This record gives sequence, structure tokens and C-alpha cells, in this order.
Amino acid sequence: MAQHGEIDKVTGVSTTGHEWDGIKELNTPLPRWWLWLFYICIVWAIGYYFVYPSWPLVSDYTRGYLGYSQREAALTDAAAGQASRMVIGKGLEAATFEQIKADPKMLEFAMANGKAAFGNNCAPCHGSGATGSPGYPNLQDDDWLWGGTLDAIQQTITVGARSTSPDTRQNVMPAFGRDQMLTADQIDKVADYVLSLSGSGGAATDEGKQIFADNCAACHGEGGIGNQDLGAPKLTDKIWLYSGTKEAIVAQINNPKLGVMPTWGGKLDAVTIKSLAIYVHDLGGGV
Amino acid sequence: MSLEEGGFAVFLGLLTLLCVLLAGKALDPVFAFHATIGAIASAAGVYLIVKAYIDRAGKEVPAEINGKPNYNYGPIKFASIAAMFWGIAGFLVGVIIAFELAFPNLSMGLEWINFGRLRPLHTSAVIFAFGGNVLLATSFYAVQRTCRVRMPGLVAPWFVILGYNVFIVIAGTGYLLGVTSGKEYAEPEWYADLWLTVVWVAYLLVFLATLWKRKEPHIYVANWFTLAMIVTIAMLHLVNNAEIPVSFFGTKSYVLWSGVQDAMVQWWYGHNAVGFFLTAGFLAIMYYFVPKRANRPVYSYRLSIVHFWALIFLYIWAGPHHLHYTALPEWASTLGMTFSVMLWMPSWGGMINGLMTLSGAWDKLRTDPVLRMLVVSVAFYGMSTFEGPLMSIKAVNSLSHYTDWTIGHVHSGALGWVGYVSFGALYCLVPWVFGKKDVYSLKLVDWHFWISTLGIVLYISAMWVSGIMQGLMWRAYTSLGFLQYSFVETVEAMHPYYVIRGLGGVLFLTGALIMAVNLYLTITRGEAEEAEPAGALAAAE
Repeated sequence: MAQHGEIDKVTGVSTTGHEWDGIKELNTPLPRWWLWLFYICIVWAIGYYFVYPSWPLVSDYTRGYLGYSQREAALTDAAAGQASRMVIGKGLEAATFEQIKADPKMLEFAMANGKAAFGNNCAPCHGSGATGSPGYPNLQDDDWLWGGTLDAIQQTITVGARSTSPDTRQNVMPAFGRDQMLTADQIDKVADYVLSLSGSGGAATDEGKQIFADNCAACHGEGGIGNQDLGAPKLTDKIWLYSGTKEAIVAQINNPKLGVMPTWGGKLDAVTIKSLAIYVHDLGGGV
Repeated sequence: MSLEEGGFAVFLGLLTLLCVLLAGKALDPVFAFHATIGAIASAAGVYLIVKAYIDRAGKEVPAEINGKPNYNYGPIKFASIAAMFWGIAGFLVGVIIAFELAFPNLSMGLEWINFGRLRPLHTSAVIFAFGGNVLLATSFYAVQRTCRVRMPGLVAPWFVILGYNVFIVIAGTGYLLGVTSGKEYAEPEWYADLWLTVVWVAYLLVFLATLWKRKEPHIYVANWFTLAMIVTIAMLHLVNNAEIPVSFFGTKSYVLWSGVQDAMVQWWYGHNAVGFFLTAGFLAIMYYFVPKRANRPVYSYRLSIVHFWALIFLYIWAGPHHLHYTALPEWASTLGMTFSVMLWMPSWGGMINGLMTLSGAWDKLRTDPVLRMLVVSVAFYGMSTFEGPLMSIKAVNSLSHYTDWTIGHVHSGALGWVGYVSFGALYCLVPWVFGKKDVYSLKLVDWHFWISTLGIVLYISAMWVSGIMQGLMWRAYTSLGFLQYSFVETVEAMHPYYVIRGLGGVLFLTGALIMAVNLYLTITRGEAEEAEPAGALAAAE
């Protein structure tokens, strides 16, 4: 091993004189641009410490010359955003649905607000196109569980269904099979009858009709016309919350699934809920 | 039987009994399964020790033959092949989860292959199984060669390599069966963590003992980086995995830290897993294999010292930049950001030393695809260590965080830097330790290089576009002040880029398969090295 450096022919720089398994090292000084950029980064960091919050102290931290606070800046931004929206939004607070619909500016605002709120809050269950999926109502059609008027939609959004709100929309479909209120044979017959109501096949036997009248009609109405006051689905159309197959109907009579819609009252402000009602009503609202 | 052999045999014998006991009393099936693996592996260890003892028939393994060190290549051979195996497994799982993101129903409702379980399998397989075996193989090779001494121990080096791979099997099967501690890059549960600690301490001791016995007056730079890696990873591993098992007979444990402290410890760990495992460890590879393959002296000794100390001092502070705009106190976040920016030049010191070592040998890039791979890896290193500090700046981070830009950044470092420097090193190492002249086919290396380069370009450019688009869509407001896009619309917009990313992954995997074939042919059909021991190249001018 060489004890002192030799000159490398290619670069003209001497080596350090050490060698490991054939590897030598050149004695090249630190590249100036590298060193200066390193210094600049360090100076920048130190400068930053004087300006912004950065170092911990015993029970506090250095606040920095600017007195900048990320949290306050974010709150200010959010407040400014809210204030700019409220220029028009304010008007919606007191306005009735009729007034909003009559004012193109307020309507445009409500639709934009509703669309944004729907995308970020409702779409995960009801779908981005509001067409729903099994267990989650389609909002594009004219079939409403709890009513499709603007007021009814606003109320459903505010309190939810089977939610934690004390005023929640609430109902229970009994588990006729699980709780042995009906036999399997009876369930089979009434399921056939239910299918026949919308002309979806199934034989409308007298026995099925009788079972329906005795057990189902109290909520679903005579002939299955539904009852929006109770949130009881209409059974005479071909729109199904879960599925329209016989198996699904038997399953729902046996041991029903009871969907939940959260209450949005505490989470979204009144103007946003109003806007959502207008947006959803516009999709497929009805009377 | 030597004290070392006897000690390991007794330890593994007792461990077998303990594992049998744990398997019998296990509270959950995965724990019983893992304890069984532990029992079988420890019993196999005892068998191998006894067999090797009988085979050597009382003869000492010479440290030197004819005055030349009798280097211990056996464990290195195993780790090289293991690295290739785990690499392909890890890349394959990566491709699968890339397509699961593009086509979410791909997991067909099977919990074992859903994204949540395969994602940690992918990251651990590529970082710890592939990367870890590459690090073990290359560090054991480089430390012996640059110290001009056989690494000490008959059993210990094998214990490190095989024990590490048992850890990988336990961790990986655990993920698939739903066992995880839920800490990113530290998902293995408490018993796997304990086992890794034992293996890692053995690794440290073998490495230190080799340095201790060295025949060279100075310690080569590659070994500084490896040692920094081993020591720091030990510290990170112990602190981040300070956890208490619910029962000593079950898989579940809870970590000591909670809330934002836990988040901070986690990203202190997570960032330095990148800084010390994937950077310091692989810089060690660069410092040995680039000058060796280029047959040129290292560009600057002074730069290597300065950037080494600057790198290890600054890296350890940079973790908070993973937690900008969270519950983490603002001061911690700014502090992490400034240290990340100061880290830029120390990182580039490694790049400069790697690239400039080529001066006088640039022409070799035309003819030697292995060297080209090594050099391109250093270029990717430079690119991602510029991008990293940039993304740590809060204003940039507010756009990039939680988007695919981060994924793109990670993969330009992982595929470009860690992947390529590992491939380059394995293409050198496998012929050297198996006593072959060179890799079987340079033509195939060339194919590997171009196919995977195309794959990387597809991958990272798709992620850049998708990530920046995603960030911009999230913050887009309408003129009335409402969010313009819902979350699901941003997901929909990313779909084509997810498909492109998946295709990039397929190309990268294809390249690795070509490599595996090439290495297999090198071992089985490669032209044998003549007189001189493998890897001894002419000294630099």
C-alpha cells in the first residue's frame, strides 16, 4: 500500500494514499458550488427560525418575528371563504323555497352549494349520480320513502333515518320470520302477492292477499300503496330499495335490513341543508 | 465443537422448545402457525450446526489460504439469491396492488389479497426482504474485501442471513393472515420485532468484529455508511416498536406511544428507514461497487467525510415533514422542514461522489450496461433527493401531501435508486462470489436496463401527473366559493394514470425476471474465473 498519494493521470489530482481492495480515493477538494449551496441552505434555515415558529422551549416555543400561526391563518382563510359565500348565502337563511326558486341568483347559489355538499357528503351512499344502490335509495326517481317535497327532503336530511338525532325519521319493519309471526309457507305466499302488486310475477292467491291485509297493510297501505308518513315503501311500483327478486323479498320479510341515514343537522349549516334539499329535489323530487 | 457453535446450538435448541410451548398454548391460529415456523426453523438451525460440525471433522476453517484471506462467501451467495427471489415476489405484489387500485374489484372479495393486506406485503417485501438481503449480501462482501479479512464466526454470519429471512417469512405470512401492528413500514407484530432485534444485534456484532480484525489501517467509507445504517436502524426499530403484547401467547400488541407522539415517533422511524436503510445502506453499495466496476478512484475523500457526517446528523431531524398540517405542533413541522432543506446538499454529496468517480471512464457506459445501471441509479438518487426537500416545504406539501405525487417520489427513489443500485451490485456480486468471470449475458442486462427504465418512466410520470392533478382538483373552488370536485370525481380522474402506472410496474417486473434468468445462467453456465480470485480488478492508475 502506498503511504502517500500518487497523481491520478486522468484528473491530475493526487490520491489519499490509501487503497482498499483496489479502490483508491482522490484528494479532490469539496466542490465550491456544493459547499456554497450547503451554506445557503443553512443560512436560510437559521433565517427561517427567526421569522417563523420553530424551536421548542420548556413550556412554549419560539414564536418567530412575524408572529405567524398556521392554525390562525387556516381559520382566517376558512372564515373569509365562509364570508364570501355568505354574501349570497345570507339571503337563503330566511328565504322560503318558493322565494329561492324565484330568484335566479339564489337558485344558482343553492344548486352549486347543493352539488358540492352532495358530492362530499351524500355520494358515498347514494352514488355520485344519486342513482343509489341496494339499500341506499335512488334519488333520481319519483319514489320517496319519507316524502319528496322540498320540506320533506329538508327534514329527512336534517334528522336522518334511524339516526342518533332525537327527532329522527323512525320506523321498524318487524322480522316476521325470525320472530315467528309468520310461517315459511305464509311468507312464501305473501311474497308472491307482493310481487304481483307491481306485476313482477308471482301469484296473487287469496291466502297471500289475506296475510298481507292482516300483517302488512297497516303500514304499507291497502294494496301496498305505501305510506310516506311512516316511511313505508310503496310496493305497487317496480322500484325496490333492496331487490325485486322473490328471494330478496322473502329475506326482507323474514329478517329485514333496516338502513340508517345519519343526521346532518349538526354537521351542515342550515343554508347548506336547504341548498341540498333544492338540489336533491331538482334531481327527481316530487310531490 | 467451538464455543460459538455450541452456544448457537443451545440457544436454538431452547428456542425450539419455547416455540413448541408457545404453539401449544397459542390463543390465536396465526400465533400457533408462527410459533410452529419458529420451532421448525430453530430445529433446522440446530441440525445445520451439528451437520456442519460433523462435516468439518474437527478441522478449523482457515482464515487465510496461501497468505490470502479465505473470504466467507456462503452466506453472501444465499442472500444474493434470496434478494432476487424476494425482489420478484415484492415487484409482483406491487403490480397486483397497482391494478387493484385501477380495478378495485380485482381482489374478488378475498381478504387475503385485498389492498389493505397486500400493500404492507409489497412495501416490506421490496424494502426489507429484497433491499435487506441486498444490504446483507453486499455489506458482508464489501466489509471482508475492504478489511482484507475473513469475517469471523462459523455460525454467526449464517445466523444473521437465515434468521433475517425467517423474520421476513413470519412478517409476510402475518400480513396475509391479517396480523399487523398497523405502523407503516413497521407492521410486524411484537414477536417478529423481538426476533429481528436478536438477528440485528448479531449482524452488528459480526460487522464490528470484521472491522476489528481488519488488515487495513483505515476503515473504508462504504463501511462507515453500513455501520451508521446498522446502528441507527437498531435504535429506530427499538423505539418505534416499544410495544406491550396483550398476551405472550397471542399476536396482538399495543405500542407505548399514543396520539400525536405516536405519529411523531412513527415518522421519525419512517423517514429514517428511508434515510438510513434505503439511503445510507445503499450509499455503502455505491461507494464499493461504482469505483470497483468503473475501475476508477473515488472522486473526493473529503466530500465523502463531509457529506457522511452531514447526512447522518441532518437526516434524523427530518421526519416531521411527513406530518405537515396535522395535529403535530407547528414548530415541529417547521423544524422538520428546515432540516429537510439543509439535507439537500449532503444528499447530493453522495451523488457527486458517485457520478464524478466516472470521470475518465464515461466511455464504459456505452459498453457496460451494469455500470450504466449503477450510474443511472445515482442520477435517480440525485433527482429524488432534490424532490424530497422540495416536497418537504410546507407550501409545496400542501399540494403534494396525500396525493400520488408522494407515491411517484417514493418510487423514483425506490425503483430508480434502490432498485438500480441493487441490480447493478448483484450483477457484479453474483459472478464474483460464484467464481465467474462476469455475468452470463451483458445483452440480457441491456434488455433489463431498457425495459425497466421505460417502466420507471411510465410509473413516475403517471404518478406526477395524477398526483398534481389530484392535488389541484382537491383545492379547486367554483366562482361561488364551493369545492369544484367531489372526492369520487378525483378518484375517477386518476383511473387512466393508475392503469399506466400498473403497466410501468409490469415492465419493471419483466426486467427483474430477465435478471433472474441471467443470474441463474451465470451461476450454472457462467465462464469460470481463472487464477486470480473473483473480483480482483487492476488497481487504479
